[in-house]
Amino acid sequence: MAGKPKLHYFNGRGRMESIRWLLAAAGVEFEEKFIETREDWDRIRKDGSLMYQQVPMVEIDGMKLVQTRAIINYIANKHNLYGKDMKERALIDMYVEGVADLNEMTIVFPVHPPGVKETKLSEIKDKAKNRYFPAFEKVLKSHGQDYLVGNKLSKADILLVELLYNVEELNPGATASFPLLQALKPEGITDREVQEGASSPFSSWAVGLHLIKSRTLPTDIVNCSSKIQILSR
Amino acid sequence: MAGKPKLHYFNGRGRMESIRWLLAAAGVEFEEKFIETREDWDRIRKDGSLMYQQVPMVEIDGMKLVQTRAIINYIANKHNLYGKDMKERALIDMYVEGVADLNEMTIVFPVHPPGVKETKLSEIKDKAKNRYFPAFEKVLKSHGQDYLVGNKLSKADILLVELLYNVEELDPSAITSFPLLKALKNRISSLPTVKKFLQPGSPRKPYTDKKSVEEMKKTFA
Repeated sequence: MAGKPKLHYFNGRGRMESIRWLLAAAGVEFEEKFIETREDWDRIRKDGSLMYQQVPMVEIDGMKLVQTRAIINYIANKHNLYGKDMKERALIDMYVEGVADLNEMTIVFPVHPPGVKETKLSEIKDKAKNRYFPAFEKVLKSHGQDYLVGNKLSKADILLVELLYNVEELNPGATASFPLLQALKPEGITDREVQEGASSPFSSWAVGLHLIKSRTLPTDIVNCSSKIQILSR
Repeated sequence: MAGKPKLHYFNGRGRMESIRWLLAAAGVEFEEKFIETREDWDRIRKDGSLMYQQVPMVEIDGMKLVQTRAIINYIANKHNLYGKDMKERALIDMYVEGVADLNEMTIVFPVHPPGVKETKLSEIKDKAKNRYFPAFEKVLKSHGQDYLVGNKLSKADILLVELLYNVEELDPSAITSFPLLKALKNRISSLPTVKKFLQPGSPRKPYTDKKSVEEMKKTFA
């Protein structure tokens, strides 16, 4: 019987965070080995663990998987978070790829110098409000179900909720005009929900709140700079 | 019975070319509707066909799919080009994502201004020679089989071979020191469906030259 998955990454969100969300949402306990010094970084790149000398890398079920999407898809497949047939998989992929495009902007955001940050923040706000959030709200509205695809939890719901949190950190109120997106989030934060006694689709998980509390901290600029200094060539 | 898939894109390689390779290799005939004028581009973005107002978009089996990976994965699933189980899928994805990272550089390459092009070309050559090609050569060497995963053709082989062609266009000697990659390229190119795709008159699009870039900028900027 395989042990827990082991995540190899820096001690921060970056490209590993979506993987953490997915494992947590699937109720899978995992270990983390942080790359903290220049020596750690040199070592892991020389020992053959990393197919392209890049992280994230996840040791899981006897494999050393790299590439975020490969890792995410394996976890989704293994834990039934990828729909029930080819067409559902296609919709799930279509939604997840849109989420990934916007999430990419939030991942790299902390690294920009101050002047650039303002421009990038406007871009994130604009794309969220005018392109991505309307698209996902429209999907939820079209079928009125609790989950994006097939009336069942999938990687699409989990990764979209992660994105909502990421964008709201930079732009509080970003989901204000998207009631169905708000309803997806574990906390069920709207007054409407409290009044109507409705429950968020995630609220039945034991994992829901645990997930929020165990989230790694936002990557602030100071933290980021020192890490980059350690790791820069 | 569903009709042929219909590809919506500009008349050029860009992000649609990998999809063309995959359909062609799978022996699937398809139609193309080119976005050629500003009006075409405005129309398709307003008619609700594009989930994120972006192309590629492929009409297939009653769906209007966008996002290159979603389209590629659907085609791979449908035509048994995605391995036989979860673990094979994981390896295939891991290889395809590496291919995509390097291929991305070749997709955007034609758009760079001349000064930047030199730097980017060096980057492509360096990454191909020192990171990606050794990684794939190592996989083929490790099992000695004809295909990257599970001794069977998958999207990984097709997209890697597309990449090899793309890099060789920019650097003709790119795979001379990778014998197993050369063999894979020859083997895949000899498959009847791929051979047909590599011949003139096929849906395969030519290299995006400076003139095409200028025209695109004029029409769509």
